[in-house]
Amino acid sequence: MSQTVIKIENLYKEYKLGVISHGTLYRDLQSWWARIRGKEDPNSLISAQHTEKAEKESFLALIDISMEIKAGERVGIIGKNGAGKSTLLKILSRITSPTKGIAKIKGRVGSLLEVGTGFHPELTGRENIYLNGAILGMNRHEVSRKLDEIVDFAGIEKHLDTPVKRYSSGMTVRLGFAVAAHLETDILIADEVLAVGDAEFQNKALGKMKGLSTGEGRTIIFVSHNMVSVKSLCNCGIVLERGKIKEMSNNVDKLVTDYLVDFSAKIKTLRWVNTGEYNDPSFTPISLELQEEDGAEITTPICADKNYKLKLAFEIKEKSPNFELYYVFSTIDGAYLFISSPREYNNNYRPAIGLNTLYCIIPKNLLNKQEYNISLAVGINNERNIIDSTTYTIALRVSVVSNTTMNLSAHYKTPIAPKLDWYTN
Amino acid sequence: MDNNDKDWTLIIKPRNNLLSLNLGDIWKYRDLIRMFIKRDFVTFYKQTILGPLWFIIQPLFTGGMFALIFGTIAQIPTDGIPMLLFYTAGIINWTYFADCLSKTGGTFTGNAGIFGKVYFPRLAVPISNIISSMIRYAIQYMVFIVMYCIFVFKGYTPTFNWLVVFTPLLLIYMALISLGFGVWISSVTTKYRDFNFVLPFFVQLWMYATPVIFPLSLIPEQYRIFMLLNPVAPVIEIFRYAYLGAGEVNLNHILISVGITFTVLFSGIIMFNKTEKTFMDTV
Repeated sequence: MSQTVIKIENLYKEYKLGVISHGTLYRDLQSWWARIRGKEDPNSLISAQHTEKAEKESFLALIDISMEIKAGERVGIIGKNGAGKSTLLKILSRITSPTKGIAKIKGRVGSLLEVGTGFHPELTGRENIYLNGAILGMNRHEVSRKLDEIVDFAGIEKHLDTPVKRYSSGMTVRLGFAVAAHLETDILIADEVLAVGDAEFQNKALGKMKGLSTGEGRTIIFVSHNMVSVKSLCNCGIVLERGKIKEMSNNVDKLVTDYLVDFSAKIKTLRWVNTGEYNDPSFTPISLELQEEDGAEITTPICADKNYKLKLAFEIKEKSPNFELYYVFSTIDGAYLFISSPREYNNNYRPAIGLNTLYCIIPKNLLNKQEYNISLAVGINNERNIIDSTTYTIALRVSVVSNTTMNLSAHYKTPIAPKLDWYTN
Repeated sequence: MDNNDKDWTLIIKPRNNLLSLNLGDIWKYRDLIRMFIKRDFVTFYKQTILGPLWFIIQPLFTGGMFALIFGTIAQIPTDGIPMLLFYTAGIINWTYFADCLSKTGGTFTGNAGIFGKVYFPRLAVPISNIISSMIRYAIQYMVFIVMYCIFVFKGYTPTFNWLVVFTPLLLIYMALISLGFGVWISSVTTKYRDFNFVLPFFVQLWMYATPVIFPLSLIPEQYRIFMLLNPVAPVIEIFRYAYLGAGEVNLNHILISVGITFTVLFSGIIMFNKTEKTFMDTV
């Protein structure tokens, strides 16, 4: 039996919401006074007799989390935005402390919540390797010993003595990951770090992480929205939902499938309407709707041999320079089929301030006789996600029920069934 | 077995020992402190024409300006010391203190980006600031010494005495005062940003409460008590006495100053340790 390296017991994390003002000072003094008298803090949700105000102004990001992780396990943590994944990692990497509960760790922890933390643009690649290594807890002898390996992995031999500000963003990311991956730790904590960089690098990084675990027996805790990465890397999975552990299992494939099905259950079929829960000055969605090509409401079953129209209405209050919007077409088990963006039609497309309506025609003879998810993704490039497509925040489930063109694609249930042109001479 | 706390390398709890300085942890991260100092120094002169010359220009010009305004126009006496020497002696010491205080005061807010992504002993940042400012102090001290030699060459009778051997001690002592006040300010700033506005203002006012532009002997007896509450005042007076032969060295003043400094330092470290654990939630 392998040894337990992380043991978490009844962990809670509370965050205070609201604005810091003179009222905060008053409540701070109140909490402090309660503590001095050995009473429970009336402003904390964890205490039994908390005030009503506390309920409004605090929220629990983690609720009573207990788990044990054994040496050599590769744990994938999945869950929606706000489920508490990042908070858990932050506590384990000692960036913030829990409000209640305890976590015990055996061995050295390396955390990779971001690649290239503390990189200074004016310093050279070499200097930054030493600086970043030191920030992550390596001493200079360790870094010197690993320098060649790091440089080799990042593929920056020629630019080692060039200031990092001259690096491409890809090079910077590779260098950052390379330093962290060569950290000699027993436990590696990684948060969504593979979301950056190109596909080739992602595979290389994933391979490296897997190698660290299988080859050197390291424990890995990994958070990702990319279910494919989780499936390929992890041998144990944890689903978090609203701060609680919903499921924990060694059968990662099943866990991921269940998780996605759980999402899909909430997807609307033909029309999604914002009931006020999404409101972002850069992009406030109003509705997403599937219509007949002429804009009429769909009343008959969806056919693969007809054109349909996706109508997206939204409001822009603030212009963002790197605004990005696209649809992800995927199968119901989460595999991406293709992605379509209005920029395919007009590379300079930028939504205007005010109300916008965007139409997208789904051409006939493309989809097969099966169900599809069409999920909207909106974000500001290199900055943040506004609408996350991986969690089907705004998505439609399209069920194609008939495909009159009798073809083999339908019979073999291929993901798509486009109709190609054939000729004879 | 597993229940024995000694088996674990790290135990994460809501609260830690507040007085613990984690010196062992800081020692483990000494290479990080070295890298921070190197980074500060190397990046300081990137994209400047004069580079490290700025370290020399700043006290010279300030000294000259003070000599003109406070010495010549306002005619504040300097205890019979040549004006330029009197002001430069005050300025280099005050600059070191003010510099450390401002940088330490911004520890949490200025490094939120790094602190939010990786753990290392947070005290490593102010410590590296204090040490990198010492390099600057050393350069400015050399300016003072060169200036001193020029004055001696031109006929000024050297007046230094055995107290000059305490110069390094004075420097370390100033580092401790600034660390004490700095960690206090940095801790409260994480939650109450008012202190962002208070700090520069406070540093400026503090200079006028310190014998930088005037000798302590100028303060009437009945107001002396307020000067005693300023722990930096004796440092500058001792420095002037050691090098220039005029200034007050009074054991009582020194003891009061040391008492204040250590009270502030210890309470500051408690605050800092408390803040370190949760500041990411408020910053």
